[in-house]
Amino acid sequence: MSLLTIAFTLLFYFATATIVVGLVYRIRLYARTPTPLRIPTTPAPINQAGVVKRMFFEVTLFNSLFKSNKWIWLFGWVFHAALLFVLLRHLRYFTDPVWSWVALIQPLGAYAAFAMVAGLAGLWARRFLVDRVRYITSPSDHLMLALLIAIGLTGLGMKYVAHTDIVAVKAFFLGLMYFDWQPLPADLLLNLHLLLVALLMIVFPFSKLLHAPGVFFSPTRNQIDNPREKRHQPTQPSVAAKPST
Amino acid sequence: MAEFDTPTLKPYPEIPPIEIGVMAHSKPYVAKEDIQQKIGFPGELIDNWQQVAIDKMGELVNNSRALRVFLDSCVKCGACTDKCHYYLGTSDPNNMPVARQDLFRSVYRRYYTLAGKYFPRLVGARDMDQGVIDEWYSYFHQCSQCRRCSVYCPYGIDTAEISMAAREIMDTIGVGQKYCNEIIGKAQTIGNNLGLPEPALADTLEGLEEDIEEETGVTVRMPLDVKGADILLITPSADFFAEPHVDGLIGYAKVFHQAGMSWTLSSYASEAANFGMFIGSYENMQVLALRIREAALELGVKRIVFGECGHAWRVAYNFLNTLAGPFDFLDSRYPMPQHICEVTYDLLQRNALKMDPSANDDMVLTFHDSCNIARGSRMGDFEGGQFVIPREVIKASCNHFVDMPADTTQEATFCCGGGGGLLTDDLVELRVKGALPRMEALKQVVDHHGVTHLAAICAICKSQFSKILPYYGFEMDQVVSIHQLVSNAIQLGGEQ
Repeated sequence: MSLLTIAFTLLFYFATATIVVGLVYRIRLYARTPTPLRIPTTPAPINQAGVVKRMFFEVTLFNSLFKSNKWIWLFGWVFHAALLFVLLRHLRYFTDPVWSWVALIQPLGAYAAFAMVAGLAGLWARRFLVDRVRYITSPSDHLMLALLIAIGLTGLGMKYVAHTDIVAVKAFFLGLMYFDWQPLPADLLLNLHLLLVALLMIVFPFSKLLHAPGVFFSPTRNQIDNPREKRHQPTQPSVAAKPST
Repeated sequence: MAEFDTPTLKPYPEIPPIEIGVMAHSKPYVAKEDIQQKIGFPGELIDNWQQVAIDKMGELVNNSRALRVFLDSCVKCGACTDKCHYYLGTSDPNNMPVARQDLFRSVYRRYYTLAGKYFPRLVGARDMDQGVIDEWYSYFHQCSQCRRCSVYCPYGIDTAEISMAAREIMDTIGVGQKYCNEIIGKAQTIGNNLGLPEPALADTLEGLEEDIEEETGVTVRMPLDVKGADILLITPSADFFAEPHVDGLIGYAKVFHQAGMSWTLSSYASEAANFGMFIGSYENMQVLALRIREAALELGVKRIVFGECGHAWRVAYNFLNTLAGPFDFLDSRYPMPQHICEVTYDLLQRNALKMDPSANDDMVLTFHDSCNIARGSRMGDFEGGQFVIPREVIKASCNHFVDMPADTTQEATFCCGGGGGLLTDDLVELRVKGALPRMEALKQVVDHHGVTHLAAICAICKSQFSKILPYYGFEMDQVVSIHQLVSNAIQLGGEQ
């Protein structure tokens, strides 16, 4: 077993543990932090079903962002939707036999990668071109975009420029899952791609990527507008996921 | 106060390019020792203030899911950057909601996140120092907590929550704002923001009764501290004599009179406003809320109705039940609390009031949705009732009504520029500049639809507009109360 394989094996166990433990910790913290007062941004749904609907459209269509700014919405939504397809497409490296619906979306996933990079490029361009956005941008905001674009480009590179041995890659990941470790091909694009992905997994629970779980816990979005009918008590958190009884 | 230029009204709203630091000089007067101590804060900057501020920040984050989620979740997408009226009016980038949040978030990251502890420069984290507090004092008093940014944020991040937390931290280390904290002290001891004692209040109300009788020939009562009345009316104390507020109060009295409702004001709880919210102080907000509960119990009323006030209605509608409830001693057939517009609207629906809208034919009206009503509360039993009900009341009272452009009304409404505890003369530059988006919208309907008057539903909005309308070439009396219109149109007397 090569040093490279050992290093990547350990790296992916570490990265997986970090993102899982980190997110579980953070989500528990969100769930356990009290909500002293009722603060939905109104007009807000007046029942639980309405809140579920509001949240559903918020996370699938980015409703509020659409109201706010069509360019950010376009780039942001395209990036996220494409990322979803790309991730689903990657399930083929973790399942054997490959689930039929995963096989079905393979062609879509390939196009999605281009859309993902294009969306990210649009978002990045705004950080240079719009003076207001330039003002609020930190180095970490640039790095996060660079990281995501680099992941997309190395992935596209393997698909369209220099093919990698995907059978061996799949064997490596299945090996990780079943604790039956297999060698990882020494291929520059592949190794870079995987290194960056592991990095993304590691920074996830410590960075602004926490917006992903955060949005579900946002009191302005997930609270029901019914304070006159039901007394809000601070000790009983009333999130959509956990309705107080 | 430095000289400043009133912004010019453009035919179409523009997003200005950023001008760094142009509003850094804007700071309200600092509260003196006695004001601070009266409401439970240190009189002056304490010795170990850095540590106390950092600890307080941790405590607040641990006790507010909103704060914790908001501080973690911002991705700096920029969606909010052109949404704040203070940014649009001043061009100062620290008045962009995300930048305002970052004044707080940068310190939070430094002390409470792994990235900020080890890579502060990378994530824009910074130490708590004098410069930070100076910036906080300036820019967290340039946020009117109107929540417009929270409508447009993809994660619902509400800058109001962060500015409340920042003000609470500053109060905790002895740096308070004079205007808010002085008023809270008065309301907690005397019962209202103006410091109006019971005899003066009784005298004022008696005078108003005489005025109404003189004008209409009908005896309309303004009861005070009447035990056994059905309704306790809680209204902003500005309603007792400021213009155009007082005309609204006369309107409420006429509605109650005409509907045959038994009601009373309370001298103990003679204030709807609750500035405790503005400074983010749960404890101070609760003290004020409990006065209302005590008054209701003491007077033995069955219902509580609130007068025209924006943040007061948010506190009443959303917080009162939590702060001072449960109100199970009231008549459960009525919403608790109820807004005066809901009362009037219900009566209109039942044809219980006779209105002559032509009484307001000298005006073409538009309506300014107050932020705390539009985005922080509701009226009626349906989503968005806070937009429909006031408009229906206005339309029942006048023949000429026009709405301002849709991107400046309802949930997209712009703050008047004086909300959130900023309605003080030491912030007049900020107030004038912050009113720009509303003034541009008003100018549009004035120019294109001949609008003559702006109806408002909030004591702060009314005072703010009276003050700043002249800066933009309007007249101070172009702002009216909703119930002033009702008062003009309502037909007093019997059925015949």
